[in-house]
Amino acid sequence: MSAVIILALGLAVMALGYLVYSKLIVEKIFRLDPDFKTPAHEFEDGVDFVPTNRYVLWGHHFTSVAGAAPIVGPAIAVIWGWLPAFLWVVFGTVLFAGVHDTGAVWASVRNKARSVGALTGDVVGKRARSVFMIVIFLLLLMVNAVFAVVIAGLMMKYPSAVVPVWGAIAVALVIGQLIYRRILSLAVVSLLGVVALYALIGIGPSVPVQMPEQVGAMSGNAVWILILFGYAAVASLLPVWMLLQPRDYINGLQLFIGLIILYGALVVFNPTLVAPMVNADVPEGTPSMLPLLFVTIACGAISGFHGLVAGGTTSKQLDKETDARFVGYFGAVGEGMLALGAILAATAGFATYGDWSAMYDAFGKGGVNAFVDGGAYIINNGMGLPETTAATLLTVMAALFAGTTMDTGLRLQRYIFQEWGEIYNQQWMKKPAVATLLAVGTCLVLAFGAGADGSGGLLIWPLFGTTNQLLAGLTLLVVSVMLMRLGRPVWYTLAPLIFLLVMTVLALFTQLKSFYEAENYFLLGLDIVVLIASILVAMECAATLKRLRQEKAEQVG
Amino acid sequence: MSDDDLSRGEKLKAWLGRARYLAEEYYSAPYRGAIARAKRDEDDLFMLMVFSELMGVPNPVGYYTLELQPLMLERFHDWHLRMGMEHSPLDEMRCC
Repeated sequence: MSAVIILALGLAVMALGYLVYSKLIVEKIFRLDPDFKTPAHEFEDGVDFVPTNRYVLWGHHFTSVAGAAPIVGPAIAVIWGWLPAFLWVVFGTVLFAGVHDTGAVWASVRNKARSVGALTGDVVGKRARSVFMIVIFLLLLMVNAVFAVVIAGLMMKYPSAVVPVWGAIAVALVIGQLIYRRILSLAVVSLLGVVALYALIGIGPSVPVQMPEQVGAMSGNAVWILILFGYAAVASLLPVWMLLQPRDYINGLQLFIGLIILYGALVVFNPTLVAPMVNADVPEGTPSMLPLLFVTIACGAISGFHGLVAGGTTSKQLDKETDARFVGYFGAVGEGMLALGAILAATAGFATYGDWSAMYDAFGKGGVNAFVDGGAYIINNGMGLPETTAATLLTVMAALFAGTTMDTGLRLQRYIFQEWGEIYNQQWMKKPAVATLLAVGTCLVLAFGAGADGSGGLLIWPLFGTTNQLLAGLTLLVVSVMLMRLGRPVWYTLAPLIFLLVMTVLALFTQLKSFYEAENYFLLGLDIVVLIASILVAMECAATLKRLRQEKAEQVG
Repeated sequence: MSDDDLSRGEKLKAWLGRARYLAEEYYSAPYRGAIARAKRDEDDLFMLMVFSELMGVPNPVGYYTLELQPLMLERFHDWHLRMGMEHSPLDEMRCC
């Protein structure tokens, strides 16, 4: 099968989804009103509430939600064949993610731009809110631990990427100063930044930095993980304008350029998908596709993390309520496109089926490495770029994305600890440095809890999927309850919610069995925590819907 | 004036201006809140100091200003030079 046909099909369905389905959703269900005074106008303060151009807001929303997950998830899930992953990404984006993201923006905008967590407390109940807090803490913990492992693995496997990845931080620090001190205009600085970044990618392969396999008593991988956490701790304490702002900006530009290069090379080269359509011959130890596919690909199909951004910063900047369709739904489509690129790179980027199956010889082994290797093969054949340079380019793309999400994740986790310090009146916990140490400490416990190589993060990857889907379920619950109270059709949000909950609970039970058999009590314990949270969410859904139905019956009676 | 009346150069200029505006917004939108909040905190502190001075209330941040002295020294030096004073006018603050 030709990759270009799959690409065209995928893009066509997503375009139809945006042009037709999203229109139906916003007209029939959310009934977005162009005259509604959004919180950005109602509470405009120049600080948090600022009406923002919809293209700019889309850029902000998309780059905030796009981390390493839309690359890692699909690149692991193609082990079951390209068709299931393709279908879930395309239809998951159109029917699940788009509705979820638009719904989250709408729900927040209609409630003074309050966060989804706060809305859960108001709309569903206090109990649901407590579950939400636990789920969100677990999610951040996993994001930080998983991404550290992903970046460390990339640096070990592709030493040519070390200089560009760390060099990008230096580039960001310099452009931050240039813009902040108004030495040069933004356009010139952007150009210089992008040129510097690509120059680093160019010189990366000639100055590879290889961490030794063993450093003292630790593996090279573990040392990278420690360095990464050290960096993230410092980054989360620095003022945002110094590092995070220019880093996210240059990263956003890099994502657009990288995607254009990958898609362009795909069209020129037109490779064939060497992976099987549905893999009947999966390696030993691979879990069942149903339900694991639906939690392995979280971002790229549907992700609860999007709801956090939608209700956190996006809803406070929405200029017109009708913009929610473009920002929310098209934001999800952007993420779907990234996931589609990852699927094609990981299935069409190999010369033969043998090469592909050598990469996918065990579950979880393909992942981001398959994306980098496959993508480099396609770029090399399509654009003529040397394979090492192309691999460096894609590694830098994946690592920078994981890195910026880690910076933000650690910062958010620090806020949670500071908030707890506030609630329980613990002065010491409110101090930024102490809260940061606590955040890093809990992540390190997770990363090193499953073994001295620090790879605990990747082992819990399937748990990240379930936790993320739970969060999406909670957001969909809030939106469904709001719709039901307004007497509007709820099946468009309720059906995805039920599907997600069923798949999540099934996946957790499957994993529970495998962790028990492998005598991995650390993951077993973590699995039980997430399982309890999902059962609580399911019960909360049932109770809320029953209560609403009773209220309605009483009104009619 | 309609779009047709604009010369090609003017159109290009308008387009570049719009692109610059979008790029600047894209750069600052995600962090506008955090930076504005930091600036507001600074302004709040300044206001508090000015008003407490005016009302004769002991300066609540006096204790911390001692810590700030090394950080302020350079700015203070720039200030007295700007004000036309070759040396620091304050005995407590001898920067040069």
